[in-house]
Amino acid sequence: MFNSVRQKSGLALMGAIFLLAGCTGATDTLSETEDVVSAEETTETEAVAGVSDNYVVLYSGRKESLVQPLIDIFTEQTGIEVDVRYAGTPELAAQLLEEGDQSPASVFLSQDAGALGALSDAGLFEILPLEISDRVDPSFTSQDGSWIGVTGRARVIVYDSETVTVEELPQTANDLVGEQWLGKVAVAPANASFQSFVTAYRVIAGESAADQWVSDLANNEPEIFEKNGAILEAVDAGEVPLGLINHYYWYQMEAERGAENMRAKLYFTEPGDPASIVNVSGAGILAAQSGDLDAYELVEFFVSDQAQEYFATTTYEYPLVPGIPAPLGLPLLSDLATADFDLSDLRTLADTQELLRSYGLIF
Amino acid sequence: MGNAKGQKTPRVWLVLAALASLATVSIPLAYLSVRASDVPVEQVLEVLTRPRVGELTLNTISLSLAVSVTALAVGTIIAGILTRVRLRFAKTLLLVSALPLAVPSYLASYGWLVVVPSAQGFVPSWALLTAVTVPYVTLPVAAALRGTSAEGEAVARTLGLGPIRAFWQVTWPQVRSAAAAGALLVFLYTVSDFGLVAMLRFETLTWGIQQSYAASFDRSQAAILALLLVVIALVVVISERGARGQVLRTTATHVVTAPVSAPKRAIALSLVSLPPVVGVLVPLAGLGVRLVGADTIRELDVPRLAVATGVTVGAAALAAVVAVLMALPLAALAARYSQRWVGALETLGYLPHAVPGIVVGLSLVFFSLAVVPALYQTMAVLVFAYAVLFMPKALGTARSSIEGVSPGLVSVARTLGASPFRAWSKVTLPLALPGLGIGALLVAITTMKELPATLLLRPIGVNTLATELWSRTSGGEFGGAAPYAAVLVLIAAIPAMILSGVRSVAKEEL
Repeated sequence: MFNSVRQKSGLALMGAIFLLAGCTGATDTLSETEDVVSAEETTETEAVAGVSDNYVVLYSGRKESLVQPLIDIFTEQTGIEVDVRYAGTPELAAQLLEEGDQSPASVFLSQDAGALGALSDAGLFEILPLEISDRVDPSFTSQDGSWIGVTGRARVIVYDSETVTVEELPQTANDLVGEQWLGKVAVAPANASFQSFVTAYRVIAGESAADQWVSDLANNEPEIFEKNGAILEAVDAGEVPLGLINHYYWYQMEAERGAENMRAKLYFTEPGDPASIVNVSGAGILAAQSGDLDAYELVEFFVSDQAQEYFATTTYEYPLVPGIPAPLGLPLLSDLATADFDLSDLRTLADTQELLRSYGLIF
Repeated sequence: MGNAKGQKTPRVWLVLAALASLATVSIPLAYLSVRASDVPVEQVLEVLTRPRVGELTLNTISLSLAVSVTALAVGTIIAGILTRVRLRFAKTLLLVSALPLAVPSYLASYGWLVVVPSAQGFVPSWALLTAVTVPYVTLPVAAALRGTSAEGEAVARTLGLGPIRAFWQVTWPQVRSAAAAGALLVFLYTVSDFGLVAMLRFETLTWGIQQSYAASFDRSQAAILALLLVVIALVVVISERGARGQVLRTTATHVVTAPVSAPKRAIALSLVSLPPVVGVLVPLAGLGVRLVGADTIRELDVPRLAVATGVTVGAAALAAVVAVLMALPLAALAARYSQRWVGALETLGYLPHAVPGIVVGLSLVFFSLAVVPALYQTMAVLVFAYAVLFMPKALGTARSSIEGVSPGLVSVARTLGASPFRAWSKVTLPLALPGLGIGALLVAITTMKELPATLLLRPIGVNTLATELWSRTSGGEFGGAAPYAAVLVLIAAIPAMILSGVRSVAKEEL
């Protein structure tokens, strides 16, 4: 049936491409230069046992245009080659859970702490050496050392500056459920950062107050969105007057559209209020790759002064290492709420989800 | 010439080949069963009986049914207009009517939201999904209509039937199979879509699945909901089998286009151009607005764009070939044998198409690590994933094109001394090739647009146009995303336009 020369050669070509492509992916993982370093290799402080082959695989839930420049700096400074898989944090977390100890990844850079908690809970993370985990303020990192916070992002209110004046804005989370905001507040209840906010409310104000608040919110006809980014787009288009998102989304959009074109504006509720709680993005090392010195170096790099400054200036996120200045124009980290709970604790998260579910905000 | 299915038993090798195809395509279903059984039955029931799950299910069913029925009606009407009504630039219009296939649903919804930010809920989701899926009905029905003669209709008209009744009673039975197959694809597409309904804020079961991964990190909960989707799809797939009817094919010796008055022509033209305007023009305009408003138009990395294009096209071509090869045994079986169990096998072949991309991706992570770990995260597994995802698109057209080849022709070849294989390859295959080509092109187009499975399974450092586009839009960089969106639509438009020119059955020269 494939008679003509053209058809035959076309078939052969396709077969060749297929095989070549199939092999290329496999050989990528074989092309590491083996360079075993002895276990006595030391940095400034304690010795970390392990080997280094100058190669590490990173799964990044944070976007490429942000992370790749940082990775390039890392490679230039250390000579360690980094292969990065870019995808969404939920997808990567599910993938890592499926892969288990067969995962090719050594490091996971996560957009939120919930994913880190899920992986830690599944026993997939290695406990980080103290010299790394001590670099970050304990409120913004794991309680058992299985992952480390890398940047902080505050929950904020975005409002439509053409229809809402600053005086009208809610000062606290409780104001958000007032009558004047009926049908006017956009939330993404399935989103990890919103759920952290509700958890913070539960911890700060108590369970019964939280129950009442969620009930009031549900009765106030909130506009449900799937993602923070979509909320910001809607507020900026004048579709909804008020929205709850993470602060850096606004700066991301401002960089794209220009400050003078931003109809949506940011607002922080009063200091200590749960509505301006700080979430974190973070990283962890896969236990299957324990002893990979390159992985330690990469995670250490993420919480180095250089990388922390990079995050602060590129995405306007809060650095979590003391001594690095916070982005200009934002409230100090110390002024924002930090409820006393593990940001990644799955049991707490499950309880919050049960609360939201009982009032129909999530399924 | 009629085409009656035999009651004889099919050859063993054909059944084995079909079972092998079915087994590979059922990997996602097997994965879902494994994950769902990870949790006790009480938990499964608890999830299924949550009130919100009931709402999500109702939303999924109502949206999918609405879109399928609308696409069926609109697609058939447009196909009828394009083949039976004398229009200027008819070929161009047919080409243009295929274009919505080239636009990913997530792009269509994003573009519309730029132009109409208040678009949300059931109606915009319904309208937009119909616009991007109507070619699934239009193209096969138009191809079928061009392969049929209008003489039967002309006879019916002389007997006093009005034009619509004549169409309904004479021509419709001949194209019913193609229309039903197209509508089935529309249903399966709608049921598994997430990008569009997420942006237009219409909460369906796919929202629930995404939430299970993103908020609860609970793969079993996701699997339970995905199985619910499969059950919904099962009901519709079985109904489609009933709607097919007999395949009657009269060869076209003379296809007549009728002239119509100017007002009617204007109406016809507006209807034909509605899906391309809604599904292509407006979204691209919306993207254009974003591009213009982008303060940070980064310099376009042309080599990078070129590589992504190459990967996209290469993977799509390979996936199309693999998908058609996988579909062939099942299609051949279903085309020639009418036993119940044959029907059941074909039904199973459609089901994985109802499963959202992220689930199929994860199922192949699970499967390839268990069976072929060396191939994990290589192009081989990615192309295989595409074939598994989209084989159903090739299955329907493959089956109906094989059905359309009269067994009489094959018997003639056999009596002339050809072996069964030779008879098949010299007679059936060439005649069915156009139909197989349609299936291949459909698979190719959909592969180019695929996102979630690609993100999970692509080799590290390898990107398609869709993943490059995602990478920029998820970070709010629409200026940088626009070139990738434009190239993606342009590239996918090529097979779409080829599709519009393919006839369902090669014309037999008399």
